[in-house]
Amino acid sequence: MTDTMARPDRVVGAAKLRKEDEHLVTGATTWTDNITLPGMLYLGILRSPIAHARITRVDVGPALSSPGVVAAFSGRDLADKLGSLPCVWPVTDDIVMPPHPPLAVDEVRYVGDAVAVVLAESRYQAADAVEAIEVDYDPLPAVVDIEAALAEGAPLVHSESGTNKCYVWPLESGDYEAAKAKADVVVARRYIQQRLIPNAIEPRSVVAASAAGTGELTLWSATQIPHIVRVLMALVTGIPENKIRVIAPDVGGGFGSKLQLYPEEVIAAVVAREVGRPVKWTESRSENFQATHHGRAQVQDIEIAATRDGKILGLKVDLLADMGAYLMIVTPGIPLLGAFMYNGIYKMDAYSFRCTGVFTNTTPTDAYRGAGRPEATYAIERIVDDLAAELGIEPMELRRRNWIQHHEFPFDSIAGLTYDSGNYEAATDRAMELFGYDALRAEQAERRERNDPVQLGIGISTYTEMCGLAPSRILASLKYVAGGWEHASVRVLPTGKVEVVTGTSPHGQGHVTAWSQIAADALGVPFEDIEVIHGDTARAPYGMDTYGSRSLVVGGMAVHEAAERVVTKAQVIAAHLMEIDPGDLDFEGGAFRVKGSPGTQKTVQEVAFEAFTAHNLPDGMEPTLHADSTIDPQTFSFPHGTHLCAAEVDTETGAVRIRSYVCVDDIGSVVNPLIVEGQIHGGVAQGIAQALYEEAVYDSDGNLTTGTMVDYLVPAAPDLPHFVTDRTETPATSNPLGVKGVGETGTIAATPAVVNAIVDALRHLGVDDIRMPCSPERVWRAIQAGGAR
Amino acid sequence: MIPAAFSYERPGSVDEAVAALGRLGDEAKVIAGGQSLLPLLRLRLVAPSALVDLGGIAALRGVRDDGDALVIGAMTTHTTVMSDPLIRQHAALLAAAAATVGDPAVRHRGTLGGSLAHADPAADLPAVAVALDAELVAAGPRGTRTIPASEFFVDYLQTVLAPDEVLAEVRVPKLGGWGVHYEKFNRVAQAWSVVGVAAAVRRSNGSIAEARVALANMAPTPIRASAVEQALAGAEGTKEAITAAAASAADGASPTSDVSAQADYREHLARVLTGRAVTAAAGL
Repeated sequence: MTDTMARPDRVVGAAKLRKEDEHLVTGATTWTDNITLPGMLYLGILRSPIAHARITRVDVGPALSSPGVVAAFSGRDLADKLGSLPCVWPVTDDIVMPPHPPLAVDEVRYVGDAVAVVLAESRYQAADAVEAIEVDYDPLPAVVDIEAALAEGAPLVHSESGTNKCYVWPLESGDYEAAKAKADVVVARRYIQQRLIPNAIEPRSVVAASAAGTGELTLWSATQIPHIVRVLMALVTGIPENKIRVIAPDVGGGFGSKLQLYPEEVIAAVVAREVGRPVKWTESRSENFQATHHGRAQVQDIEIAATRDGKILGLKVDLLADMGAYLMIVTPGIPLLGAFMYNGIYKMDAYSFRCTGVFTNTTPTDAYRGAGRPEATYAIERIVDDLAAELGIEPMELRRRNWIQHHEFPFDSIAGLTYDSGNYEAATDRAMELFGYDALRAEQAERRERNDPVQLGIGISTYTEMCGLAPSRILASLKYVAGGWEHASVRVLPTGKVEVVTGTSPHGQGHVTAWSQIAADALGVPFEDIEVIHGDTARAPYGMDTYGSRSLVVGGMAVHEAAERVVTKAQVIAAHLMEIDPGDLDFEGGAFRVKGSPGTQKTVQEVAFEAFTAHNLPDGMEPTLHADSTIDPQTFSFPHGTHLCAAEVDTETGAVRIRSYVCVDDIGSVVNPLIVEGQIHGGVAQGIAQALYEEAVYDSDGNLTTGTMVDYLVPAAPDLPHFVTDRTETPATSNPLGVKGVGETGTIAATPAVVNAIVDALRHLGVDDIRMPCSPERVWRAIQAGGAR
Repeated sequence: MIPAAFSYERPGSVDEAVAALGRLGDEAKVIAGGQSLLPLLRLRLVAPSALVDLGGIAALRGVRDDGDALVIGAMTTHTTVMSDPLIRQHAALLAAAAATVGDPAVRHRGTLGGSLAHADPAADLPAVAVALDAELVAAGPRGTRTIPASEFFVDYLQTVLAPDEVLAEVRVPKLGGWGVHYEKFNRVAQAWSVVGVAAAVRRSNGSIAEARVALANMAPTPIRASAVEQALAGAEGTKEAITAAAASAADGASPTSDVSAQADYREHLARVLTGRAVTAAAGL
């Protein structure tokens, strides 16, 4: 890997060990499930075993007589208090938004839909009592497949809506049909984005406690979004927002799955108030499979038009996106985050996009690492390879002919975004060098020549993505109901220690470390002297939380800006103390020095104490040394990179082995290369997982047949290759730190790189696509079908 | 993922274990490492009233040399099986297969006897036991009896063990001068075998004198690929001859179709993997 050129006096750019790790790796953590309160009850949830049915009877009576049970409720018992779960992204004016009761009242619409709850003195008693609840179902026809759901006469997920079509969202730029008419070659493909099930190591968990005297509700939750949960909880339950405190303690991963207001959070809050005792619920892994939102689940019809010499003229995308049974907080918007990315890094004259959201009797979908952008990147990077094959042009060469040249930045993409910076040539050249591209191509040719049973393929993914979610005005234009700003406070305490309060809510990303690095450099104080406070609406009251690779680009910038404001204030106080004009002071290494007379100085810590005593401040200067900043980004950031995968395919069994994997990412300036490395490794692993291993499968009745880790294959270390990582650094021009975001790049880039490699290995055998995950059986059958042509 | 309530006993001897099972009746279940049973309990797919834990019986652990056979205690962990010098020397096929089971945590908890008695057709060690003509010694209220591996497995998750019997030890005949190989095909390292092939080959003067081949997950129980064994007996020691013999690997098999593979693909895999396993065992 490349070490960022770190100045010895700067902390930003240094591979600092994470402040978070000691307590994480020694087990001194506060997961929500570790929290135990006096008198706490355990919540158990009965879930529907049927994908679609009317509930004709719920009798919680038998559960009430089960040992240790304090209360039990049906959906009808709590309907008035639970309200309806919100969707905050109504993407069109005529979107169909059915009600979403946290506990089903009349009808269940997916396997795992919550039906009734018990509260018991122990978790075991709760689990036993759940089994005692009696429910009668009158089964209704279920619809599982997205296309079947749109067919005439299909069973309706929400009969009162009269349709399974949730919305149709178009985006047109240029005249695609005109571009197509000029094309020599048009390649059309259908790609399937299989449904994925997020599996954070820490399952979801919530503890709710309502204070008897004040009525204040405290909710500990394994969430990515404590601030948003607070707002939504108030809206859903009617509990005043100023009586709600939400705390996200140590949170063990999310990948978008904890970017949600879940039924269980609302239920726990309401029943805790109902019985006047604290309530805890922690999901089992089985519940995670059924009731934590899923990701992807799209059918992509894509068409690309080009000239014979390989100039891309236009792109058309017609998307079917599976909403699942209900709209969760941003379900309908997820595919649209990809709408602006199907064009990738390529120049073209026209782009036509349409997405149709569809209801099915399956677990609701929502954000999963990359959220719309992996799907888009997969489709464009796959079809560019197919176009290259059709044209007989080497696939990297075809990309070079079409990508935005370094000198063309800033560049207005056909999808309407302005890419501020990028250097695709540099990242690609470095990746090809590390990969040994030409030698692998030569070996590939030899293996083909001798008809080796193990064929070699090279997969390319030259991706970009949009991070830094998001400029609030752009969100408004997309009908997202909230803003995309982020807040930070920086406080230099009287003793010289520093508190950084952030509105981001880390759940594994290392914000405590990275924000300390940013503040340490801005303030010139030791990295070790900085505490970062997050994830508690009482201690960090303003925030928009952590998702979409936004935290550094927006939240980190807010920390930087707040720290700069602290320095500005400190400089005025220091100048006053030194009886000199502020403009005559330099600030370096945490000290203000008189220009030309560096022996005379005041440190930030000294100024902080003076600001605390307030004995001698300039006229009109407020005591204390702190500052706030709320940053609303002006534009997105655009990380990019080139990932190369060499895959060996055993043509006798269909087994795929990734022989080498090289990623050269350009995420702009780097705050902490260790954290970046971790994000890339984990991201690529998740991308490979989609390509080779993971798939949620429902049978035609709507039963989840991949309901445990025996059948839903999450890869572990032995299943993954060695990653060769490197970076180019083309700073973002849209923020002073030059950062772009790195949380999702690996996932976005890796999936098409791997599938392109497999198809590349087999193209001469008549294979031009393999449906993901590329299991050995699917690969083997593709070879059989290809050879039979 | 919370089991239903059960009582728990941890006897100190085989006799005590057998007595406990007799007393507790059909609703009791033996736990012998728990790497298959615990997930079933947690999913409430089984809900025995009592567990009898064999983990406290020291006599059921360890390996001893008994002349022409090794005797392996039923509670010997996979980790021990894969690393024990006697097993590596005289039953290398068993050691090789044990090394592919689950992951390190599973291999430290899971036991040879537990795997055999659970009788999951996708498990690796039952196929090896069948390939090696192992004998399984069961202890019950009327004393012990010895059961050939080929008669031990009855159906999916079913063995000939009576509810009040405990699998005590496994007698594995020493294979002097044989080449062995376990060919496992699974989708991720921690997954069950889609198909597994246990092969042992004795060569003589360049040809194959004798071969034993057993298949995992090609039927409700582990099975011997008898047609392959017959074709290999006296066959030339060449890849071509082996491949030709392996073509009948799926004869008599009855694999299932499930989320990890369709039956016809399993049959194809059995042929390919048998060829590879035998080739490797033959040292070719």
